[in-house]
Amino acid sequence: MTATLSPATTAVLSLTGVSKRFGAVQALKDIDFDVHAGEVVALVGDNGAGKSTLVKTIAGVYTPDGGTMTFDGKQATVSSPAEAQHLGIATVFQDLALCDNLDVVANLFLGRELYTGRALDEVTMEQESWRLLRQLSAKIPSVRIPVASLSGGQRQTVAIARSLLGAPKVVMLDEPTAALGVAQTAEVLNLVERLRENGLGVILISHNMSDVMAVADRVSVLRLGRNNGTFAVSQTTSQEIIAAITGATTNAVSQRAARRESSPATTPDGTPSTSEEQS
Amino acid sequence: MSAPTPTPEAQSADTTAALPADLQDERLIASQGVSGFLRAFLSRLRSGDLGSLPVVVGLIVIWGVFQLANDAFLSSRNLVNLTQQSAATGTIALGIVLVLLLGEIDLSVGSMSGLSAAILAVGFVGHGWSLPLAILAALASGAVIGAVYGLLYTRFGVPSFVITLAGLLAFLGLQLKVLGKEGSINIPFDSGLVKFAQASFLSDAVAYVLVLVVVAVYVATRLRANQRRTAAGLSTTPVVALAVRAVALLVLLGIPVYVLNRDRGVSYMFLLFVALVVVFDFVIRRTRWGRSVLAIGGNVEAARRAGINVRRIYVTVFVFCSTLAALGGLLAAGRLASANQGSGGVDTNLNAIAAAVIGGTSLFGGRGTAYSALLGILVIQSISNGLSLVNLGSPERYMITGGVLLLAVIVDSLSRRSRAAHGRA
Ligand SMILES: Nc1ncnc2c1ncn2[C@@H]1O[C@H](COP(=O)(O)OP(=O)(O)O)[C@@H](O)[C@H]1O
Ligand SMILES: [Mg+2]
Repeated sequence: MTATLSPATTAVLSLTGVSKRFGAVQALKDIDFDVHAGEVVALVGDNGAGKSTLVKTIAGVYTPDGGTMTFDGKQATVSSPAEAQHLGIATVFQDLALCDNLDVVANLFLGRELYTGRALDEVTMEQESWRLLRQLSAKIPSVRIPVASLSGGQRQTVAIARSLLGAPKVVMLDEPTAALGVAQTAEVLNLVERLRENGLGVILISHNMSDVMAVADRVSVLRLGRNNGTFAVSQTTSQEIIAAITGATTNAVSQRAARRESSPATTPDGTPSTSEEQS
Repeated sequence: MSAPTPTPEAQSADTTAALPADLQDERLIASQGVSGFLRAFLSRLRSGDLGSLPVVVGLIVIWGVFQLANDAFLSSRNLVNLTQQSAATGTIALGIVLVLLLGEIDLSVGSMSGLSAAILAVGFVGHGWSLPLAILAALASGAVIGAVYGLLYTRFGVPSFVITLAGLLAFLGLQLKVLGKEGSINIPFDSGLVKFAQASFLSDAVAYVLVLVVVAVYVATRLRANQRRTAAGLSTTPVVALAVRAVALLVLLGIPVYVLNRDRGVSYMFLLFVALVVVFDFVIRRTRWGRSVLAIGGNVEAARRAGINVRRIYVTVFVFCSTLAALGGLLAAGRLASANQGSGGVDTNLNAIAAAVIGGTSLFGGRGTAYSALLGILVIQSISNGLSLVNLGSPERYMITGGVLLLAVIVDSLSRRSRAAHGRA
C-alpha cells in the first residue's frame, strides 16, 4: 500500500478529456480520471452528476464523444463490455445484472463457462467458485441455489466475485452498498479492502461518505458532469468533499459536519475519526 | 453416518476440515445422506419449485380415469397408438419449449409444419425429387423462416407474438399455394417416410438392450461425476441414492418398453422424438448455448453484459423452433401418408404450444426442461385418445384440453409467486 499515492507509479487506467452527451444532456464534459494498482478511488457526486455514465463509458457500454483512455500504459478504445472485460476492466453495475433463475456457479461463470469435452465442466466451475468465494472470505451457504434466494449482500458478493473471474486489473463498483444494511455493508467494504490487497485498482461509486472515508485512498468528485476536485482521503475531511459535491462551501450538511468536527469526539488534528484506519 | 466422506479421517473431531468444500457453511441445512436428499426434495416442493411433479401427477390421474372408463386404454395396442400420435406434435412442442425458455413464443409452428409437409409432398410426389432432397428442402424452409423471425425480432424489436402471428397467416397461405388446386397430395405407402412413420418398430431385443445401455450410461456418468467431485473436494451423491435412481430409471424405461413390446413395440418415430428430447435436454443443461438461453430467459440485460451474443441466441432458437416444427410436419405427413390443406391446422398449433406449457415450461422464461415436451404431449394425446375410446369427440376434447392448459398456467403462476416468497424465484 506504500506506492498507492506515489506519483512515480503510472496509473493502470487513466482518462483525459472524456466527454459524453445524450441528446441535449451533456452528461460528461472533459473528465480527467485515473486509478493506480492497489488503490481505491471513490467516485462521488450528486444524483445525475454523471458517475454511472462515466463508469459505463469506461466499461464500454457507452462510446465517449471525445477524450482518450489509456489502460496499462497503452491507449485503448473499448466499444463493448466484452472488450473492456477482455482488456481487464471489470464492472459491477448498480443493478448487479444477475440471473435470478440460475445458481451461483452459473452466474459466476456466465459467458465464460468451462468445458470438458462437449459438456460444461460443472465440477471445476463449482470448485473454482468456492475458491473464489473463500478468497474473498465471502459468506455464501451454497453455490447450487438460485441467486434469487440470496440476501442483498450475498448477491453483491456474487456480482463482485463474478467480476474477478477474468483476472482484471481494474474493478468498478457502482453503488455496491446502496441497498444494504449495516452488517452487509461492512461485508462489502471488507471485500473492497480484499480487492486492494490483491493489487487491483478499484473504482468505488458511493453516496455514503462514511463508506468512502472508510475504504478509499482518493476521492474524485464529479459535479454536473465535470471534475470538481480530487482529494487524498488522508488529507481531507468529509466536509470538504461534501462541499465539492454540492458546489457550495457552506450548506446545512457541511455546517453540521463542521460543528461535529469541533466536538471532543474528533482526533486532535481535526480529521474525522474514520480516516484513522488509513494510517 | 451415511455422509459421503472421502477419507477415513472424516470421523475425527475436526469435522470442518474433512467436509467437502460445498458443505462447510454451518448455515447450510444438512442435506447429506439419503434422508437429506429426501428432505431437500420436500423443501424444494414446499417452496414452489415443483419441476415436473404436477404434470406427472396429472398424467397418472388422467390414465387412471380413462382406464376406469375403458380398460382398453392402457392396453399395449392403445399405448403404441398413443406413442405414434405423440411423436409429431411432441417434436413441434420441443421447439416451443426452446422459445418459451427465452420468454418468447412462436404461434406459427402449426402453419410451419403444414408448409413443410406441403413442400415435401410437392417436391417428392409432384416433382419427383428424391426423398432425402425433399426432406432437406422442407427442413431448410423451416430453418430459413426461423432465421427470418430471429432477424425481425433482433433487428426491429417486434414482439415475437406479433411476428409469428403474421407468420401463422402467411405460411398457411403459402401452404395452400404450394399444395395447389387439389389441396391434397398422397404420399405413397412404400415410400421411406411413410414406412418410417407407420411401420418401423424396434425389435423386442433391441429395445431391451437399449434400455440397459441407457441405464448403464446413466450409472457410469454419475459414478464418473462422483469421482471427479471427490477429486475436487466436493460432496457426492450417496451410492445408495444413485442405486435407487438407477433402479427407478430401469423400471421407468423397462415397464413401458415391456408393455409396448407386447404389441408392435417401440416405434422409430417415437424413439426419434425421445432421442431429440434427450439431446436437447443435454444441450440446454450442459452446453454454453443452453446456459445462454436460460440466462436470457432469466435476465436479458445480465446475459448481454456477460458478453453473451444475445442476438445470435435469439436467431438460433427461432431457427431450431421452426426447424423442429418442419420436422414435426414431416412426421405427421408420414404418419397420415398425405399432406393436405388441413395439415398442421389449429389442433397441431395449439396442442404443441399447450404441451410445452402443460409439461411445466414457464411462460415467463428461463425455467423449464426439454422433458416438458414429452410429458405435455403425453397428457394432451392421452386426453384426446381416451375421449375417443369413450366415444366423446372434438367438443369435449377442446374443452378438457383448454381446462388442463388453464390449470397448468395457474400452477406456473402460483409456483412462481411461491418461489418468490421463498427466495427461489
Ligand atoms: N441513457 C441515457 N440517456 C439519456 N440521458 C442519460 C442516460 N444516462 C444518463 N443520462 C443523463 O446523464 C446525466 C448523468 O446521469 P448518471 O450518470 O446516471 O448520474 P449518476 O449516476 O451520477 O447519478 C443525468 O442527467 C441523466 O439523466
Ligand atoms: Mg448512478
